[in-house]
Amino acid sequence: MVSTLGQSAETSAGPGPALEVRGLTKNYSVGRIGRQKVVRALSELDLSVEKGEVLALVGESGSGKTTFARTVAFLERPTRGEILVGGQALPRHPSTHRLREHRREVQMIFQDPYSSLDPLHSVRYSVTRPLRSFGLVPRSAEREAVEELLDQVGLVPAVNFLRRYPHELSGGQRQRVGIARALAAQPNLILADEPTSMLDVSIRLTIMNLLLDLQRNRSLSLVFITHDLGAANYMSDRIAIMYAGRVQEIGPASEVMSEPKHPYTQLLRRAAPSPENERQQETSFEAKGDPPDLTSLPPGCPFAPRCPFVQSRCQERLPELRQVAVAHRVRCVLYE
Amino acid sequence: MPPLLEISELTIGYGWQLPPSVIAVRGVSLTVAAGEIVGIAGESGCGKTTLALAAAGLLDPPGRVLSGSVSYLGTDLTSLSASELRHLHLAEISMVFQASMNVLNPIMRIRDQFHDAMAAHGVRSSDEARRQAEETFDLVKIPRRFFDAYPHQLSGGMRQRAVIALAIVLRPKLLFLDEPTTALDVVVQRSILQSLDELRHQLGFGIVFITHDISLLVEIADRIAIMYAGAVVEEAPARALYEEPLHPYTTALMSCFPPLGGPRQRLEGIPGQPPDLRNLPKGCSFATRCPKVIAGTCDVVEPPTVRRGGARRVLCHLYSEQAADVG
Amino acid sequence: MNWRALLHNRRAVAGALIFALFCLVALLAPVIVPYSPTDINFTPLLHPSAKHLLGTTVNGQDILSQLIWGARASLFVGLVCGALISLVQLVMGVFAGYVGGVFDTVAAAVTNVFLVLPSIPLLIILAAYLQGGGLLMLVGVITITGWAWGAKVLRSQAIALRERPFVQAARVTGESRWHIVFAHVVPNMLGIIVSNFFGAALFAVLAEAGLEFIGLGNINDITWGTMLYWASEGDAILLGAWVWLLVPGLCLALLGTSLGLLNFAVDEIANPRLRRD
Repeated sequence: MVSTLGQSAETSAGPGPALEVRGLTKNYSVGRIGRQKVVRALSELDLSVEKGEVLALVGESGSGKTTFARTVAFLERPTRGEILVGGQALPRHPSTHRLREHRREVQMIFQDPYSSLDPLHSVRYSVTRPLRSFGLVPRSAEREAVEELLDQVGLVPAVNFLRRYPHELSGGQRQRVGIARALAAQPNLILADEPTSMLDVSIRLTIMNLLLDLQRNRSLSLVFITHDLGAANYMSDRIAIMYAGRVQEIGPASEVMSEPKHPYTQLLRRAAPSPENERQQETSFEAKGDPPDLTSLPPGCPFAPRCPFVQSRCQERLPELRQVAVAHRVRCVLYE
Repeated sequence: MPPLLEISELTIGYGWQLPPSVIAVRGVSLTVAAGEIVGIAGESGCGKTTLALAAAGLLDPPGRVLSGSVSYLGTDLTSLSASELRHLHLAEISMVFQASMNVLNPIMRIRDQFHDAMAAHGVRSSDEARRQAEETFDLVKIPRRFFDAYPHQLSGGMRQRAVIALAIVLRPKLLFLDEPTTALDVVVQRSILQSLDELRHQLGFGIVFITHDISLLVEIADRIAIMYAGAVVEEAPARALYEEPLHPYTTALMSCFPPLGGPRQRLEGIPGQPPDLRNLPKGCSFATRCPKVIAGTCDVVEPPTVRRGGARRVLCHLYSEQAADVG
Repeated sequence: MNWRALLHNRRAVAGALIFALFCLVALLAPVIVPYSPTDINFTPLLHPSAKHLLGTTVNGQDILSQLIWGARASLFVGLVCGALISLVQLVMGVFAGYVGGVFDTVAAAVTNVFLVLPSIPLLIILAAYLQGGGLLMLVGVITITGWAWGAKVLRSQAIALRERPFVQAARVTGESRWHIVFAHVVPNMLGIIVSNFFGAALFAVLAEAGLEFIGLGNINDITWGTMLYWASEGDAILLGAWVWLLVPGLCLALLGTSLGLLNFAVDEIANPRLRRD
């Protein structure tokens, strides 16, 4: 039986990339009145995701990658900048109707399988709600649609899972339910915020493979957010490296991994565990300094305090993202 | 000279009734020598944390040692009283728990927490305590000025280093680390691991490093023990384990880490789920998920411990003598 | 709510039984009362006897009849105030906390003002000002003074829940605010909400009795509080009529205890870490 859920609604997707953000900025105020500080979580971010592409967003905590997902999913209002989905710009204060359209097209998968499902509701309820709130399927066909979604995410036989509650499921199974819920909306773009980092190692690959299969079958665009370079390399076509709320390097996955240009990317590459290397006794790993303080970023390049190649001009002004190869751009004075 | 730590056929159960409902650790044997880093790798529920708690003398009810022994420098820890164990802790045996940067008391300055810990072990003079603590701070590369600060004034990485400093300030001989860097960024993780390596060369303590990240262990450990469903299924020197894994679970586990470079290939995880510890299947606990399972043997008879040259052992039918005959 | 756990919990069962007994008495009062509670034709200050199981008051009324009738008032005030206070707390606490923004800022400010006002003096002043209003007046006064603290608690819970991933997932999948509040936030706070209800009911029962005791209710109503008022006015202790003074207080204590027990039980069920038996 041909599933009506199999196709993402390509008819409503406009021309242009699946997602484009321009100058996206998000600031938070923290602290009490009188002693407030501004956390610059995202600064002037320019990024695009093509239709059917998997983009990995790599960064450590505080890099802005989760803020990016939350802002694009409109869980938070951006401070400045534009978000365009399928070529259509999302207004800064969207009407309820417009926001709902946006939500239908952009879905999110959350990191923690243990708190991303309401413990008081069954699997059936959680996967049915998007179908109902977007009016995608007539009531009488809801159950069948849910069963099919559960099938597609590998929860088989689906009918056994309908009545289960989250606490009766393993972490991997819960994450599959979360994926089914996101797919139920028939989105064009999925933002996956570290979907495997809280799962057991042997389960991670099965979930990653599931995401890849679903993405290919439905020509979905996927933003895969992670701090794990290995996972990023496995999943994505392109990798964007984030640091202190900005993109520092972006390019085809194989290139960024084999020839990282930005000193921070090189640092990440060296820091990641890789048993292929012999024990790194020779190079004393000098990672001086701490992750950046987003409330008081230095002028110029935010990575300068920790960069082994720092020059005086690094602290004068922020370098632009410059092209260094086909589709490969880096933000560093070394390449200007 | 007895080894630093000797775990012998240790079996640990959880539960208030007898016999306990869950056997978390089954017949585990492991030895740690001074100056050695032994890694224990496994996924959640394999028993590695329970094993570490018992080996550090920190196992509380409803966990109970059912059989076997844990000896520290020849002394059986299970025979010691609570106060004797307390004397050992921090001064001889120390443990750093997962995400323990949250273990620091948020309303006490770091120096006061050090004072408390050290005073409990006889270092009463606060000057002496300060001197020793600041030396330790230097060793773990924390700027001395943080000694007088509150925990929230340090970053996550610094806090974790502070906890490690607290764990080694009295220069214990045996250090347990349970996922000490999982909650940290990969860059911070790398520098902390490097510091630990330098420290154990300088101070000569033995380290038991528990993690799910086997690729990390291959880089830093001398020997690695792989645990599954409460038992050690393989133990080998780190490099040998990486180059020639014997147990099918080890092979499968290592292939779960996508490589950072090289040609992009599809990898498969391990199908199925770990067994329910209350209801272990007959025979080998990995049989239902094993790509090399021998029907009629693996699902009926428990696998033997087979020793292979060079300090290796594996718990698997594939390497037993009978299998050699058949195969 | 885990119904089976409720039945196994001894505190819950005890509290529920006592409470049910009072409800039954209150409902059946017109039927089971031996005499009319307002009937003043009996010999005053009789000791307990076969005809008057608890004796009579200084005005010649049957104490048992008054006691039975008094249950109605206490239950009425307790339950109605409990419900009204819970409703106010839902709006000013849960909804405000979830929705945030201007509504929440205003609601939080109002809550804080009410928290700062001392409740007992406020109760007394309001009741005195609205003298003679009877039970409905008391309900109003108690509700006004009793909602603020619980609202603050509910608000911080709602704010915490708002940040939970499953609530954010509900937003991302297009749920409306109202749906999220009633389908996700309230059910996950039900333990505290129900517990607040019992707490409010307890406060109401005791506040009502207290106000009536000092003469601020309608002294012609038949309630446990007014019985205490009259007993005190009639020098019951001096005259040796200690049953008259004792029994309304005892009933108040029992009803209060049953509400307290139910409150503990709800706490334990909602928070498994508190479970003991």
